[in-house]
Amino acid sequence: MAKILKQRNIISLLILIAIVFPFLTKNEYFIHVMTLSFIWMIGVYGLNLLAGYTGYLSLAHAGFFAIGAYSLGILTVKSEMNFWLAFLLSLLITGILGFLIGLIALRTKEHFFAIYTLCVGYIIYLVIDKWDSLTEGVRGLIGIPAPGKVGPVNFEEPLSQYYLVLFFLLVTVLVVYRIIHSLSGRTYIAIRNSEDLALTIGISTMKNKLSVFVLSTIFAGLSGALYASFIRFIGPDIGQISVTFDLLTYLLVGGIGTLSGPIVGTVLIVWLSQELQFLQDYRMLIFGPVLTLLVIFYPSGIVGALTGWKHKRDEKRKPQVARASSMAFGKSQVTVEKPVKEG
Amino acid sequence: MFLETKGLTKRFGGNTAVNNVDFTVEQGKINAIIGPNGAGKSTFFNLISGFHPPTSGQVIFKGQDVTNMPANKIAELGVARTFQTTNLFEQSTVLDNVIVGHRLRTKSTLLDAIFRTHRLKTEEAICREKAMEVIEFTGLKHVMGKQVGSLSQEEKKRTAFALALATDPEIVFLDEPAAGINPDETEGLGELIKQIANKGITVCLIEHKMKMIMKLADKIMVLNYGEKIAEGTPDQIQNNPTVIKAYLGGSAIA
Repeated sequence: MAKILKQRNIISLLILIAIVFPFLTKNEYFIHVMTLSFIWMIGVYGLNLLAGYTGYLSLAHAGFFAIGAYSLGILTVKSEMNFWLAFLLSLLITGILGFLIGLIALRTKEHFFAIYTLCVGYIIYLVIDKWDSLTEGVRGLIGIPAPGKVGPVNFEEPLSQYYLVLFFLLVTVLVVYRIIHSLSGRTYIAIRNSEDLALTIGISTMKNKLSVFVLSTIFAGLSGALYASFIRFIGPDIGQISVTFDLLTYLLVGGIGTLSGPIVGTVLIVWLSQELQFLQDYRMLIFGPVLTLLVIFYPSGIVGALTGWKHKRDEKRKPQVARASSMAFGKSQVTVEKPVKEG
Repeated sequence: MFLETKGLTKRFGGNTAVNNVDFTVEQGKINAIIGPNGAGKSTFFNLISGFHPPTSGQVIFKGQDVTNMPANKIAELGVARTFQTTNLFEQSTVLDNVIVGHRLRTKSTLLDAIFRTHRLKTEEAICREKAMEVIEFTGLKHVMGKQVGSLSQEEKKRTAFALALATDPEIVFLDEPAAGINPDETEGLGELIKQIANKGITVCLIEHKMKMIMKLADKIMVLNYGEKIAEGTPDQIQNNPTVIKAYLGGSAIA
């Protein structure tokens, strides 16, 4: 119980820091960077749900990110639709396309799935790049409106946008948290662990994989739609494969298949890239080897490594606890345990 | 007839792994399949549990033709199985591994999870209860909070049993349950298999440990090169000249 309270405290503290952050810095650029980080985190959570918890590494997520962004952009700029209606529709569009693509992609497994989705991602990028009449091609979409007013609050200011994005991030984390700690989450983890075993215990793997794939693409779409309304300009390069690898890097560094990994990885890398900006592209000379070492020695990222250490520590403590409790149960056990204690 | 196969055949390319096997499983009994390595025993299991579609023939479970049903549907009907290698989730505890076993009897969806509905909470409680029940039954209560990776081979086997039992099966197929564990532990597992049968769950197992099989089984089928060469009680099998020639090798009956 104390453990849960402690975890709760940490979470509340993090949320509090996120809320007061803009008042602490006053630097608009920092707020801008943080808002962008939050947007990426949402996409990373989507990827985590699929790659981390279900074991299907999708490399098409930049594509779905772009679909979300372009749906919002086209609906607001070209169709001049109400912002929030367009926002909802763009999530729906991403989800529907995700469903159709998932239906085919999920027939493949492991490396084949990764390669298949890599191709899907590239095709999405090409469609956006070449379909001039719809997407304006390489010119990009300009003048995407900021999120529309909700009651008296408008989201034109960087500060209010920061809080709007934070709100969506918190909703995302809550949803992912609830899924992971439910029967559905257990089902996904069972599929990741062994699809054959999952089948023998009666789990319809296709249905479950498809639902998690769709949800994962919706998160990518949400991330994209928020990005479009925040940056107000989008070009086809947001659908490029390098964006997928950015998301994947954040996830791997933070910890794939962990709940807080996306936050840790994204914050760390985004800030590190900011700090190392003076190195320009030579940054990669640092990032490359560090990432390689991380993947080799800590395949479950920073968060995974930390929880691993904690587990080991608890395991070491446990025998003592067990001994103490068995002593409390009955005298007969005390006599048995005593020599052990002395030794 | 509880479960039966009619002319079950599986060819992989030119290789016939299972050839025209007619087999009936008797309800509530312990049925065993033996045979030399490569005789097609595991393939036979895979055909029944829906992992491979047979080339020809039929699998009938409680009067229903389940031949081309997907594995998860067959599991829903009450057919559970374990694998030769225990592929459990090693980084997770015994309890967490077993809870998902009852998932197939629940209905909650992704939306239930997101909104934490009443249905989800009740079903989670049911799954947990079921898991506790089978953990206790398989004698794992003292290690249920431990990670599966830190368990002994025998405890892992028991966890695999528990997972199969959590699906509420009417029949369990056990693929070499006693492989890789010592004689004492084998006896313990044999005892557990008996208890499963006593509970009214039909057992069908593949095993190489003859001593165990001869003691446990009510009925044995012998496969060799994919074909059924004998079927009967342990006594009949031990005295069957074809079996001795093909498998037991002269007078080597333990």
